[in-house]
Amino acid sequence: MTFAGWLTIVLFAVILTALAMPLGGYMAKVYTGKRVFLSPVFGVPERFLYRLLRVDPERGQDWKQYAKSLIVFSLAGWLVLYAILRTQDAFFVPHALNPLGYHSPPWNVSFNIASSFMTNTNWQFYSGETTMSYLTQMIGLTVQNWLSAGVGIVVAVALVRGIIGRSGKSIGNFWHDLICTILYVLAPLSVLVAIVLASQGVIANFTNYLVVHTITGLTQTIAMGPVASQHSIMLLGTNGGGFFNTNAAHPFENPTQFTNFFEMLSVLIIPAALVFTYGRMTGNRRQGYAIYATMMVMFLGAVIVAYIAEAHGSPAQHAAGLHTGVISGSGGGNMEGKEQRFGIAGSALFDVVTTVTSCGAVNSALESFTGIGGAVPFANLSASEVIFGGVGTGLYSILLYVLLAVFIGGLMVGRTPEWLGKKLEAREIKLAGLGILVTPLAALFCTALAVASKAGRASISEVATSAGKLGIHTPQAFSESFYAYLSQANNNGSAFAGYTGFIQPNAGSVGSHGIGFADLLGGFDMLLARYAPILFALAVAGALAGKRVTPAGLGTMRTDNGTFVVLLIGVIILVGALTFFPALLLGPIVQGLTGHLY
Amino acid sequence: MKRDIITSVIGIIVFTVLCGLVYPLVITGAVQVAFPGDANGQQIHLDGKLVGSKLIGQNFGTPVLEKNGKVKEVKGAVVTEPDPRYFQSRPSATEGGAYNAAASTFSNHGPNSVKTKEADEENIKAYLELNTDPTTKTEYDPGLTVAKIPVDAVNSSASGLDPEISPANAWIQAHRIAAVRHLPLATVDGLIAKYTSGRGLGFSGEEGVNVLELNLALDRLKEGTS
Repeated sequence: MTFAGWLTIVLFAVILTALAMPLGGYMAKVYTGKRVFLSPVFGVPERFLYRLLRVDPERGQDWKQYAKSLIVFSLAGWLVLYAILRTQDAFFVPHALNPLGYHSPPWNVSFNIASSFMTNTNWQFYSGETTMSYLTQMIGLTVQNWLSAGVGIVVAVALVRGIIGRSGKSIGNFWHDLICTILYVLAPLSVLVAIVLASQGVIANFTNYLVVHTITGLTQTIAMGPVASQHSIMLLGTNGGGFFNTNAAHPFENPTQFTNFFEMLSVLIIPAALVFTYGRMTGNRRQGYAIYATMMVMFLGAVIVAYIAEAHGSPAQHAAGLHTGVISGSGGGNMEGKEQRFGIAGSALFDVVTTVTSCGAVNSALESFTGIGGAVPFANLSASEVIFGGVGTGLYSILLYVLLAVFIGGLMVGRTPEWLGKKLEAREIKLAGLGILVTPLAALFCTALAVASKAGRASISEVATSAGKLGIHTPQAFSESFYAYLSQANNNGSAFAGYTGFIQPNAGSVGSHGIGFADLLGGFDMLLARYAPILFALAVAGALAGKRVTPAGLGTMRTDNGTFVVLLIGVIILVGALTFFPALLLGPIVQGLTGHLY
Repeated sequence: MKRDIITSVIGIIVFTVLCGLVYPLVITGAVQVAFPGDANGQQIHLDGKLVGSKLIGQNFGTPVLEKNGKVKEVKGAVVTEPDPRYFQSRPSATEGGAYNAAASTFSNHGPNSVKTKEADEENIKAYLELNTDPTTKTEYDPGLTVAKIPVDAVNSSASGLDPEISPANAWIQAHRIAAVRHLPLATVDGLIAKYTSGRGLGFSGEEGVNVLELNLALDRLKEGTS
């Protein structure tokens, strides 16, 4: 561990907060229909889009109508993306946009990819540079990077509207919210981030792959493509699907020490800002601060553990005789699957940033993280993406936990639970409880199926090679499988990437086939764990929207102070630990504690 | 319902055009004009020929020849041995040979895996061998032992294309370069310092030495080249 490493972590938290607060205020204005400085720029296109899409932005929708619009729109997006993937090599695709003539991925892999990008998961069994044409990356994957991010954000906004709604059933208009999100939030940020990244070396071109003749007489082929535009929105929308296989570890996606820091900020900026948006919209900024504090405490805890564990090095390194401490000119630590320019701190921090959010972009190989270092992303996912979380998903998920915490707090003090002046009753608690439980249940159920069946075990890469245990599945094999379905259920998309669902012996899907079990199970895992919680969150919004507000009395439990932060952290950890601890013991924890080699 | 379907279909078409065509084309066009070098991968040319990208690491090995003079291949990948006259990059786990920039990948070896230990041991052996004078059987860098090898020289990178090595790794290899090329060690260390990238904003990440730039600079030195 180094001073610079700790400084990176501290400054990251400070700079993030300083940037997120004003953005949160800006977004609150956007979603409450106030004029913002970008209104003169986007006012005309906004009205044009309403006319084109034939929507009346003023028409309020109740939660069922809102949900219906959202589901129909998502389904349409899924069908279009699936069609694009399956026609990648069709005659109408111009050669310049598929320069290597890549074929379409098999149907089962395409099913997984379409579900993955529509649900903001961006789980990738494929590797970008050997599977996708430039056109597919643009009109297929990039588009869903925008839309899935937009859908996540509008659900959070709708839930907040329900919470603060004074009368009636309306929780806003889906189309108005979506168009405003894309124009006023995602578009300006994404252009800005793309330009900054490109100025540092993130590539943006449509040229053929380069062929290089090296000074020692070898040939090297270098993949190219329109990376900057896709990479920026995939960070901002906490999508996480890399243009290239190694994602943000690839030098063309994350070229320097500076871009690594900048990219981490890009990932967390919107999820962090939305918490402040929530505070502003409720009319009591302290409500937002309390949730922000909850998230930040858990976030920093995760970072500290990951940094210490990775700086310590792995059992395999120590067995080989390596010294993993800091020496002059080297930061030491577990550098297997990590890039020199990011070092241990830059890799551990990035890892936590992208696993607390639903981003899932990686700048290092999670499978090669130490047992305890690898347990951190597990723990982050086990907390169901409420520590900042995905854009929108993080806020609506933690608000369901807030509801639960208020309920538990109410039981403790023996009063009817009240939240922001609204009495919480059986219906809301039931809906919130279900919304919280879907994701863990989907993850555990799918993992159980995958490790208990032969078809599921076909995806595992990690088997013991040591004498006497040859071919035995190791704790790492369990970790791989568990992480796969946990990550997909949380719509995260990061991977212990040994787990595979796509066998592609040659580039361009020639002679390739999918592992149907993993592709389909994962696809359904993502769809269920994305849309069921969205429906429950919108239903909660609907249930709360019509409630009368009663002024807070002496006995009302406050939700904007330190006591509540502690209670909320306790509830999140309790739910996560009770659900996942037995499974976590079988994989990462046993490896982290024993140091045994397999 | 019908209304939602119509709006959704129009919406998907409109957003596909806006976010999938207009946005990437505008960004790519703007960046091509503003930062042409960066947009095209920071290509490095030597005598008019493309010798690499500054950002993409390379394998500085030479092809191993079979007895019949043919280049030796295993599973379609050219077998190479490190060229002692050049600084060597980190181990790379890409398939189809090290530093295959058409298919980036990492090793996916677990922290408690025997495979990781064996790969580490193999890389340690190769590193010690490379940095030992074959005639005198002594290390170029006196006192070089397993415990002194920096981790980045042994562990494979995340992208498999890491363009940089740690300064500590470069300093050890500098002894070999100086001896093989008959250069003063100070000259080589000076070049290392010149091609070392600093921490971002002064704190982010680790210092790294760009191996391709360093090797090209070595070749440009007239004096002492054998």
